[in-house]
Formats: sequence, structure tokens, C-alpha cells
Amino acid sequence: MGFGDLSYDVAHLLGGAMLLISFVLLYQRRIFALVNALALQGGFLALAALWQAYVQAAPQLYVTAAIALIAKGILIPIYLRRMVTQLPPARRAEPASGIGASMIAGFLLVGLSILVVLPATSGARALAREDLAIALSIVLLGLLMMVTRRSALAQIAGLMTLENGLVLGAVGVAGMPLVVELSTAGLVLVIAVIAGIFARVLHERFESLDTSVLDPHRGEGS
Amino acid sequence: MAWLGGLVTQLLHVALMLFAAPLLVGVLRWLKARLMGRRGPHPMQPWRDLLKLLRKRPVLAESASIVSRVAPYLALGATLLAAGLVPSFAFGMALAPVADLLLIGGLLALSRVALALNGHDAGTPFGGLGAGREMTFAVFAEPALLVCVMVFAVLIGTTNLNAIGHGLSDGQIGVRVSLLFAAVALVAVALAENARVPVDNPATHLELTMVHEAMLLEASGRHLALWELQAALKMLVWLGLLATLFLPFGVAAPGSGPFSWAVGLLAWFLKIGLLALALAVFESAIAKMRVFRVPEFLGGALMLALLAAALIFVSTGLA
Repeated sequence: MGFGDLSYDVAHLLGGAMLLISFVLLYQRRIFALVNALALQGGFLALAALWQAYVQAAPQLYVTAAIALIAKGILIPIYLRRMVTQLPPARRAEPASGIGASMIAGFLLVGLSILVVLPATSGARALAREDLAIALSIVLLGLLMMVTRRSALAQIAGLMTLENGLVLGAVGVAGMPLVVELSTAGLVLVIAVIAGIFARVLHERFESLDTSVLDPHRGEGS
Repeated sequence: MAWLGGLVTQLLHVALMLFAAPLLVGVLRWLKARLMGRRGPHPMQPWRDLLKLLRKRPVLAESASIVSRVAPYLALGATLLAAGLVPSFAFGMALAPVADLLLIGGLLALSRVALALNGHDAGTPFGGLGAGREMTFAVFAEPALLVCVMVFAVLIGTTNLNAIGHGLSDGQIGVRVSLLFAAVALVAVALAENARVPVDNPATHLELTMVHEAMLLEASGRHLALWELQAALKMLVWLGLLATLFLPFGVAAPGSGPFSWAVGLLAWFLKIGLLALALAVFESAIAKMRVFRVPEFLGGALMLALLAAALIFVSTGLA
């Protein structure tokens, strides 16, 4: 088979570690552990970008790595962590229901992304195809997390991991312009701040971070 | 002369397994005690307990049947055979041609059946409870193990443990995401199989939480010694399995001489020691989970194993 190519192996392993953390995020119910896992995923994303910068000899990817490390590995986790510490301890975990179902759904989503990526990239190398499939899986798992979780903070975490998947897919293919990367990173920071403010207002008004308390206020009549 | 070397390594290996298994349990207890700031018993303490228990006559419950007499020997025999199949310091032992991962899984399952029957036999409620829980966990743990075996079978082309270890150690395969996932899944299964902390607490006799101990409540004397030795051997089998599959370095090649055996032995002690240290740190750092969450934990392991299998089909171009 001859897969002794180190540059692909390392990139592949870093992507795999990120996918693994996505499953940890899907499984974990305690918000503190969720934030820690998110920071770890940001760190792995930075490492992946760093490795791609080195392999592709693309200096702008070093900037991407720095942004990933500072924003997703450090700043956003600290921000989320401060929000969690303001919660009473009983609110720092979600009721553990539906973990099995969401894990199965996550598995099916990974299968779906493999099925989507394979026909679209039939000319490329096997491992590159797998990397794209992994990045798409991380995006889909982030979406799944935003859909299935009820806590606003967990939904923010889902959004962040979705964006991690996007960046992972983008750094894997050669030649992403720096402008795109910078604007995406800026967008995510803004979204994180807005989501944080939203969560804080939710907490002040309803004494809860459970977004299902908003359902009676949708103005649909009853 | 190859068969002679194989025979010698096999005998040395079985002797090493029998000696090291209780020692491993002692070392683990000692490490955990040190990590928690206690002094801890001497690492040889499980050996002393075993020797003491072996001299004592078993006391059987009035309602116990022949199952209670036979089960410890059956379980220990199956586990010892499995221990003889997992290579430690040398590949190509006398039993190497039959050292199949499926066979090892089957032998471990056989010992589990004997253990569960033993739990039911005396008719006490705790034994039945523990046996029921053990079997519930097995529903998830065994498929996860089998799917991991499939990953290796696709990657290397065989389920023979010697061939897999050899194939992985020569560096042809490289690092694979599937291997990472399979490693995590197998570690979770190993924790459940050996009744370690997130699933069961090996140091407790609290009725509501125990699984493994609950099945042994009626065992005493010689039988208890056999059960303890069986549990220790199973632990060593699993650590050896993880070491062979994911750290297959330094193991002597088939047909090599005593010097490579010594190197392999040193590497084996290092690997098992590292795994034991990692386990002790892990167990000291986390709490046991509720029994109802264990199926979710093991279901997650099964999912990861399936994922590893799906990815291996993609990366080998079979899909």
C-alpha cells in the first residue's frame, strides 16, 4: 500500500484528533469539560495549521495558526469559562438524556460526509480524501451539537467547533487566500461575543441558559 | 531448531505471565496509593494474599451446585490460555500460529460466562445483580472489540496477533486515524472488562455500585485465590494486547536468541509499567460513573470502533 508519507500522516492524525474531540463534545454534559475540550480542539487546529504551513511552505498559514491558537485556544475558552463561573453549580451540567441517540446521529453524519466527499474527489489521493471527509464531519457534528443541545453555552461551543472544521478543511487544500481566513476569524470572534451577550441576557431575564424557555415567546399564538 | 526456541519462549512467557499478573495488581494499588498521598501496601501483597488463600479450604454455600466448584478452574484456564497467546517479549512463540484475536476474545468471553454463572449459582441477590450488570456491559464491549479486530484485519490482512504486531512494528503502515480511534475504543473496552474506575471500582465493597466483586461474594479460600489470579491475568492480557497492538516496539523477532529476548523483556516491562502508570493516574483523576451511564460510555466506544472501520475502508480504497 505504501502510505509512508510523513506529511500526510501527521496532518491526518491531527484531523483525527479533532474529530475525536468533536465526539467528546457531543458526549460531554458538563459545561466546564465542554469548554476545556473546545480549547483543546482549538489547540489541535493551530497545530494542524502550523503543520500545513510548514509542509506547503505557505507563510500566511502561520497567521492562521496564530489566530487559531489565540482566539480559539485561549480567548474564547477564557470568555466562556468566565460565563460558566457565574452560573450556580447545579446549572453547570445538562441532564444527560439522548446521548446514545446523538452519538448514533454523529456516526451517521460521519458516514454521510464520507459518502459525499468520495464521489466528489475521485481523482485525489486516498488520504487527502479522508482529510476532507474528516473536516466535513467536524462541521456536521458542530451543527448537530447546535441542534441537539438546549444550553446556550453548549450551542456556542457547537458553533465554535463547526468553524474549527471549516478552517481545518480550508488549510488542508493549498492556496486559501489570507483575506478569507482573516474575515472568517473576525466573524467568528464577533459571533462568539454576540452569542455570549445573548446568553447573558437570557440568563438575566429567565434565570436559565436553557433556550427552550424561549419557546413560549415565539409569538406564534397558542 | 525454531520449534525449540518457540517452545522455550512459550514456557518462559507463561511463567512470566503467572508471576507478573499479581505483581501488576500490587504495583497498580501501590501507584494509586502513592498518587493519593498514602503509603500503600507493598507491591508483593497480592502474591502474599494469594499464597495464603491457596492454603485455605473453600467454604461453599448450601445452595451452591457443581458450577461453583468448576467455574473458577474454567475461567482461570481460559484466561491463562489467552495470556499464553498474547506475546510479551518475543514473537513466534509455540502457540503463535493460533494466536488469533478472535480466539483471544472468545477465551475472555468464556471466562466471563464462567464468572457470571458463578455469580448466579449460590442464589444470592448481589451475585445475580453483578452478573446481570457484567453481561449488560458485555453487550457493548464485545462488539466493540470485534469491530476493532476488523480494523486490524483490513489494515494488515490477518487476525493473527503476531502478524499484526510484526506488520505494525516495521513502519510500513504509518499513522492512521483509524488506529487512533481503535486505540481509544479498545482502552474503553479494557477499562470495562477489567472493572476499573469509570465503570467499576476495584477497591470498593459497596453493594450498590460493585460489579466484579459482587459476583465473587460467595467465593472463598482456594476458589477466591483462583478468581483473584484470573482477574489479575485478565488485566495483564489486556495491557499486553494494547502494548502489542499499539506499542509493538522492541519485541524479539521469531527465531532470535536470548539476547533479543532480554531486550524484549526490558521493553515489555517498560511498556506495561507505562500503561500501569497511565491507568493509575487516570483512575486517581476521575470519578466512577453511574451504572446507567456505562452503556452510554461503552456505546461511545462501539461508535468509535465503527467509525475506525468506516475510515479504514475509505483510506484503503475499498469503498
